[in-house]
Amino acid sequence: MKEVSRFGYSVSKDRQIDFDSNSHEVARKVAAAEPSLNLCISCGTCAATCTAAKFTDFSLRRLILLVKRGEIKGLDREVQKCMLCGKCQLACPRGVSTRNLVLQINRILQTEVR
Amino acid sequence: MTFDIFVIPFFGGLLFLLTVLIIKFSRWIALIDRSGRHKIGSGLFSLQIFPATGEVFMESLLHRRMWKQNMLLGYMHMTFALGWFMLILLGNIESRTYSGGHLNPPYYPIFLKFFVHDKRVLPFELNTLPGFFRFTMDFILLVVLSGIALALFKRIRSKWFGMKKITRHNAYDQWAIGSLWLIFPMRLLAESLTASVHGGGGFLTNSLGDIFASFLPVDFLSNSAYIAWWGYSTVLGIFFVTLPWSRYMHIPTEVVMIYLKHFGVKSGKVINSFSEIEMRACPRCGICIDACQMNSAGMTASTPVYFLRALRDQHPDPQLNSNCLLCGRCQVACPVQIDILDLRVASRSNDNNRIDAAYSYLPADMPDSKGINVLYFAGCMGHLTPSVKKAMVKIMKAANVKYKFMDADGSICCGRPLNMAGMYEAARSLMEKNRQIIHASGARVLVTSCPICYKMFNEEYKLFGVEVLHHTQYLLRLAEAGSLLLNHSGLSVVYHDPCELGRGSGIYKEPRKLLKRLAKLVPISEEKEKSLCCGGSLGDFSLSFEQRMIIRDEALETLMAPSPDILVTACPLCKKTFHDGTDVKVMDIAELVAERMDLPEPEPVAEEELAF
Repeated sequence: MKEVSRFGYSVSKDRQIDFDSNSHEVARKVAAAEPSLNLCISCGTCAATCTAAKFTDFSLRRLILLVKRGEIKGLDREVQKCMLCGKCQLACPRGVSTRNLVLQINRILQTEVR
Repeated sequence: MTFDIFVIPFFGGLLFLLTVLIIKFSRWIALIDRSGRHKIGSGLFSLQIFPATGEVFMESLLHRRMWKQNMLLGYMHMTFALGWFMLILLGNIESRTYSGGHLNPPYYPIFLKFFVHDKRVLPFELNTLPGFFRFTMDFILLVVLSGIALALFKRIRSKWFGMKKITRHNAYDQWAIGSLWLIFPMRLLAESLTASVHGGGGFLTNSLGDIFASFLPVDFLSNSAYIAWWGYSTVLGIFFVTLPWSRYMHIPTEVVMIYLKHFGVKSGKVINSFSEIEMRACPRCGICIDACQMNSAGMTASTPVYFLRALRDQHPDPQLNSNCLLCGRCQVACPVQIDILDLRVASRSNDNNRIDAAYSYLPADMPDSKGINVLYFAGCMGHLTPSVKKAMVKIMKAANVKYKFMDADGSICCGRPLNMAGMYEAARSLMEKNRQIIHASGARVLVTSCPICYKMFNEEYKLFGVEVLHHTQYLLRLAEAGSLLLNHSGLSVVYHDPCELGRGSGIYKEPRKLLKRLAKLVPISEEKEKSLCCGGSLGDFSLSFEQRMIIRDEALETLMAPSPDILVTACPLCKKTFHDGTDVKVMDIAELVAERMDLPEPEPVAEEELAF
């Protein structure tokens, strides 16, 4: 491992999506509150244009993927890096209401899942 | 005789109403925060009392803003308010001429014609005092009745009153409306029937009484008159008892609100006691419905009148709170001047304010800014339409401005989008970072391209020693100082007022002055404070992409009516939104300036320097 990283590469930890422990509850609730969640094709345009991503590793694409997979650990903190500026919403090729998505993910993680 | 048992529904209702009003208003005023109460205390003894009273007279009685909206609507409201007020006032004076100037019980003037049958004067005799009163009182009653006829007619033909849609009232309000509409016909009936038996009355009641007397027996008339007085008293009682929870609560509340506003009490960032007063000052007239673009996009349920109803009835609905463009058209149209946008945003703070902002990653300094005068901020939206920031850089270089591009390499958001979501705490931490950057730069002027940022920096930041300008203002200043030489293009352009720049910040003049140097400015039907929202607004959180397009296309229809060569705006977000919806060229005013300026120096700026 160490040898590989010396060449400027890294190897991802072996992992798989574990639906025994992951829950789809959050994704279902978010989709009910903001149906355009299901329009997302994870193209990453949102992350590419993101104001917050300039300064931090915040990525809406990853956030949405993790919500959909049900891997919600730590997301309540992650979602708060968003500034709601709306660039991603204008850039999104699928017309996802990204700002409301962030608000709804935030609300559901804060109040309905604990 | 100065008492009869039929006055009890009226008198009881009146006492009930006064008690409820005193309890409600003293509670609201007691719950206003300390600084607000202090303002009320000093305001009561200040000269502000005069303009406030003037406004109460102009708005609550004459309904000046209603007249401006539509003549018929203004007349209708004035007959109710001023007419009823005059009936009470003159009725009181008239009753004193019969009681020898003594103070009468409150029901005595209201039911005067029941208690006093004055046969000394003829109905049209105007040269005696009783005759004058009788004529005038009948005349005012006729005017009020004409108002009720109009109110009924408005239900069928609201368009005559300048209203396409009218409010759908709930059952409770319909009861209140019904009792109000019955009050004056009942008064006419009661007074006329009494006149038919005992004589007296003015030109209206006496003549109607004569007609009744011509074909109905005296016994029947006498009994009916008594029943009519009971009816009159009962509808008054019902009206008074329903008033505090009906739309007519706006009558006393608007008066209180006008005084409080003149004393400097403001609506806050959260729903507070003054908000309670404001939301009850809403008469549910529905003028906001037509003004609201949600209505034309098929979402009438989200218009301010229904939003305020949900707020008042304490049925908060996050969907209703968030579905508003915050464009401000309703606030311009509102005849009561309720701060609807503040209430809408305040309502959101309950839904969204749990965020605990995690912005510690943001930088807070501004390197290489020595000796600059101007700090330029393109804003997030400005970066999505790079032609705007490129144009600004080209212009500032041409005009030899010592500037620094604050967010040349990406930016921190100004915080207004978070504020619009009611997330004030999160916005505050962004503002703190930006404030540090701005002050570290040493600039004296901050120029923004985005009206959303402009409004935020200008109103919320309180930047000491730094002047905040939108680029329309700044470019006009450069042009007027001769730093920019502009040549006229000869093209015809329509200017779209961005909501945040126009209604939001009151900047209408500068972009127009600047445009007139560049092109032929064509007027359109909805401009300045009536300008339409492009539909791209960051104020709304629940519109779908398709719904936004409906709003955009509706706005484009108005903007394109004169078939301009170019649609010019001054907001990157409006530009982006319109750009996708029309074949006509859409430009920011800065782009047009950059295109039409004669460079004062012979050597133009090299292209490489402009690239980002």
